[in-house]
Amino acid sequence: MKPGHGEVLIAEGDVELAEEEQRLIEEFRRQLDAGLWAAVPVADGAGRREARMVHRFEDVPRDADRVIFFPRAAGGS
Amino acid sequence: MLLALGASALVAIALLSDLIFPRLLEMWTRYRARRRRAPELSFDPGRERRAEQRARELLRSCVNDEEWAMYRELGFIRVWGGRNGRSEGGDGAEYAYLIYPHRPIVAYLAQTGRLLSEYCVAFPDETRPYGSVRLPDSDDVLAKWMALTGDEERLITTANMHLPGRQVDPAQVQRDLWRLSRWERARMRVAGAGAEAAPPN
Repeated sequence: MKPGHGEVLIAEGDVELAEEEQRLIEEFRRQLDAGLWAAVPVADGAGRREARMVHRFEDVPRDADRVIFFPRAAGGS
Repeated sequence: MLLALGASALVAIALLSDLIFPRLLEMWTRYRARRRRAPELSFDPGRERRAEQRARELLRSCVNDEEWAMYRELGFIRVWGGRNGRSEGGDGAEYAYLIYPHRPIVAYLAQTGRLLSEYCVAFPDETRPYGSVRLPDSDDVLAKWMALTGDEERLITTANMHLPGRQVDPAQVQRDLWRLSRWERARMRVAGAGAEAAPPN
């Protein structure tokens, strides 16, 4: 998510391929190091949707089709 | 005589240089800063509209059909409180939140509609890619939704909590809750009519 832009594709790849997975891991770390939060939208069979906050790449479900990075929350005025 | 005066002046300047030089440097820096032209960060309505459109698509792909319809038709999304370990539909949930774009999250008691508090939270992007830290409306809603459903406690701890009415008019929230209840009843009627019209399996 970016002001004035909305959704931006940062990286994509197949986690089953070692080279691509490594690239995804590096990009994941870069985003978190930049201070962003990461979340994976998930759904259960009953239609319930929610987000799962992830702090490490290993926390991302292997079958997740995307990770969304967004600015860290701060107390507003 | 002239030589003596000159020498005295030089000594005086040398002694005062520690005081004068930093001040002169500061004045020069301020002068340069005043003269420097600020980069123009013009507001581009087309860019903002496209950003909002992309943000809406992203939001739609993340929330469920009911929440998307709620946002599209009412302008806010309700998220049940204490979702962890609860079943969908707010069964047993004592409280819920209303998420508005770029306004505080409002917490209320689900049974009575009594307003509990406002949580002021922002998601500033300090890189200011377009001169602004502000996300598109639908991205702001999605960020709140993800943070609330993913880690409610963390978001609530981060936010600044205020009594209801500080920024969001309580009368407007009550109207929104009334609209929400009417909207849900209408959806249930439509769903019920659809179920009756459907042929039995």
